[in-house]
Amino acid sequence: MSFINYASREINCKIVYYGPGLCGKTTNLQYIYQKTAADAKGKMISLATETERTLFFDFLPLSLGEIRGFKTRFHLYTVPGQVFYDASRKLILKGVDGVVFVADSQEERIDANIESLENLRMNLKEQGYDLDKLPYIVQYNKRDLPGIMSVEELSRELNPTNVPEFEACATTGEGVFETLKAVAKLILIDLKKGR
Amino acid sequence: MSNPTLVMYEEEFQEVNDVIERLLNEANAKVIFLVDKNGQLISGVGETERFDTTSLASLTAGNIAATGGLAKLIGEKEFSILFHEGEKDNLHISIVGGRVILVVLFDNRSSLGLVRLRVKKSSEELSAIFEKLMKKSEEREKKGSSDFPFAEITDDDIDNLFS
Repeated sequence: MSFINYASREINCKIVYYGPGLCGKTTNLQYIYQKTAADAKGKMISLATETERTLFFDFLPLSLGEIRGFKTRFHLYTVPGQVFYDASRKLILKGVDGVVFVADSQEERIDANIESLENLRMNLKEQGYDLDKLPYIVQYNKRDLPGIMSVEELSRELNPTNVPEFEACATTGEGVFETLKAVAKLILIDLKKGR
Repeated sequence: MSNPTLVMYEEEFQEVNDVIERLLNEANAKVIFLVDKNGQLISGVGETERFDTTSLASLTAGNIAATGGLAKLIGEKEFSILFHEGEKDNLHISIVGGRVILVVLFDNRSSLGLVRLRVKKSSEELSAIFEKLMKKSEEREKKGSSDFPFAEITDDDIDNLFS
């Protein structure tokens, strides 16, 4: 649910990065944070455990510039990927405008990917959303690692609806901004026609 | 979608600010914020420049969401007031009209009792304004109002954002 403020001429949208534990959601945000000019970003907040695992969420506010005199802001959130944090994940999906599913390309993580994707669909449904109607992007992360599945295989398993998909390596930043741009664009197009 | 887009117009924005400005004075508070339940900052008055308002809004909403989850687990609808006591500064957080969050930051120049009392009165006024706002945007939506700034954007406008 975006927030349009005519008084301050601002539009705010919420993007959620979803995916199994250790797939690289937080790393995506960290890379975006590092590479964004200081005046375009706010503070990045990570509510994490002592071992750097996301406990509740990461949060990064970004301003992209103006469209027709309106400041366009995106609030990026990640969810905690570990299975047992499901109650927290549901809360973060509230009011979402667009979703990025970050998949771990490693062969041994395919079951975790599938489980997380089913969990995403179910949690969205509980909030009254339909994943197929939301701006939605799939990112295949960790393309630099050995023992990964091919994009064709991943796509067959994780992207049956053929939404835009990107290969990425979040630690080096490859594909990170492409993913962000793609989801932001879908959200704006959705806002445009949703009215 | 389960939630309609929250739209804030000039007129209501002014009314909202009048109410929270008054609350700021009457409750002797340092800062007051209004935050949407999804974490978007709606407005703030007082010493706002001293704080990272965007982060504050997001964490407040996370806090309300988490305690709301706790409430449901024990069979409550929600916890409508949260109070955080610090060494110097305190936070009084309350839910207004079921959808916005009112955050009052105050120190020992005020008291919890005073803040609670003043918040209660202002909450009613804010509720009324937000109800009016919801009706207004629903009506405009029904009419297919054309003042929506994104109705006429082009693909080029969107691409320019990323150039």
